[in-house]
Amino acid sequence: MMTIEEFGRRLRAREITSAQVTEDCLQRIEADNPRLNAFILVMADEARRQARDADRQLAAGHDLGPMHGVPISVKDLYDIRGTATTAASRVRDGHIAQRDAPTIAHLRQAGAVFVGKTNLHEFAFGTTNEDSVFGPARNPLDPTRSPGGSSGGSAASVAAGMALATLGTCTGGSIRIPAAACGIVGLKPSYGEVSTEGIVPLSRTFDHAGPLAQTAMDACLVYHALLGDAGAVPPAPMPVKGMRLAVPRRYFCDLLDDEVRARFEEALNRLRDVGAHVTDVDLRHAGEIAAIYLLIVLADAAEYHAATLETMPDRYTAPVRLRLEMGQYVLAEDYVRALAGRCVLRREVDAALAQHDALVLPTLPIPAPSIGATTVKVGTSTEPVRNVMLRLTQLFNITGHPAISLPDGHTASGLPCGLQLVGCRGQTDVLLRVALGCERYAMSGSSPRSGRVGG
Amino acid sequence: MGTLGDSSGVLMKIDAWLQSAVADAERRGLPELKPLLEALAKTVAVVRAADFNQSPVANRQSSDASRQP
Repeated sequence: MMTIEEFGRRLRAREITSAQVTEDCLQRIEADNPRLNAFILVMADEARRQARDADRQLAAGHDLGPMHGVPISVKDLYDIRGTATTAASRVRDGHIAQRDAPTIAHLRQAGAVFVGKTNLHEFAFGTTNEDSVFGPARNPLDPTRSPGGSSGGSAASVAAGMALATLGTCTGGSIRIPAAACGIVGLKPSYGEVSTEGIVPLSRTFDHAGPLAQTAMDACLVYHALLGDAGAVPPAPMPVKGMRLAVPRRYFCDLLDDEVRARFEEALNRLRDVGAHVTDVDLRHAGEIAAIYLLIVLADAAEYHAATLETMPDRYTAPVRLRLEMGQYVLAEDYVRALAGRCVLRREVDAALAQHDALVLPTLPIPAPSIGATTVKVGTSTEPVRNVMLRLTQLFNITGHPAISLPDGHTASGLPCGLQLVGCRGQTDVLLRVALGCERYAMSGSSPRSGRVGG
Repeated sequence: MGTLGDSSGVLMKIDAWLQSAVADAERRGLPELKPLLEALAKTVAVVRAADFNQSPVANRQSSDASRQP
């Protein structure tokens, strides 16, 4: 599957058309979706029409920029006018969006082609994509395993070549986790940068919208289009020589699968070899991250779902309903304590970044878990899958710092690992420069396409 | 600061909250919430024990200390 960059070059060289590439994606969907369950809705007719229009516009000299004619998929939390936004839940039966979410409108203006809406963990409230009224999405690299979540169908759609990029949402790691599990790139921009209007919320305190793509540059192109600035000049890669990276070892490296740890250390060594300065930092309140996250996300979600939990509780999948019910018992005083903890964590991450270009840590402590597993063995301990999967990503939803997951090699059994980079608040473009630098100069041994089905 | 979660009174308060929450869940026909609420109680204890919490006593002590010559 070609990248968006390559697509753009070949499109403008008249070697391909949007209609041809869109048709390729639709054929992949038809062939592989029964196995992967990545899509809830395939918008084949609409996509073909959009692609033909894109080709006509380009032929007439109207070039809308890097997203012109690019087939993308969209997590089924975003409103696309005239289609249902199901949130993978029966609670949303009968919903039809009256207008595009602003992010969708921006992509439409930028000439993107929407091939369909992707499967997710119900209401984005989970990390495995198992609790969906449409059934679980599956990992293209091993369909017995989860693609991660909650944007699991989105990640699977790109990893399987069903779309060149996709839109996800992220409340505790739901862009970076599936990106790491499926071997692609996932970008969570700085909090509040990308509009979440027209997207079904989980926690308005933590929700972010952002892209998953095959490369950091592709993620950058989609990110700028989401901002309504598709024509922005992409940032230049930051030279790795002299790059200052900080590793928050305590807590973040305490609980890692052996192979994930090995890939991470190898990545750090590659970065050092090409001149990066890698030092350790400590976040004093790291031990409170999970508790602070849980109290806020539970209460926020319970508030949004209060009415439907009362009137139609049986329309939720059982695990998601129970998690939402749990949020109704969070006391206001504990919620406020957690908000105070959020401020402390934000200051600590700001301080850790003060002398560094980025934090660097693994994205997922484990490779993609088997579908149906509720616990996972990590080293000598057995841990709940959900807790482990959120462990390294949720902090940056709490604090709002931009974060990106890059592919970082594979386990012996071919499952991808992810490398997470975290930048300063409000400086997503600087983080992208770091990511472009690392991807280009340091991660060349771990092509995002290695081992991909249909890649 | 730093002693709030160690106070037996506060820990008892979490116990009382948990008992009440479990009873309410059972009354509503959701007994399967019990283990989740027990886990939530541990989470609450972590946040209440954190040293970023403030109290009038801790603030006063801190303020008083700052006024010492």
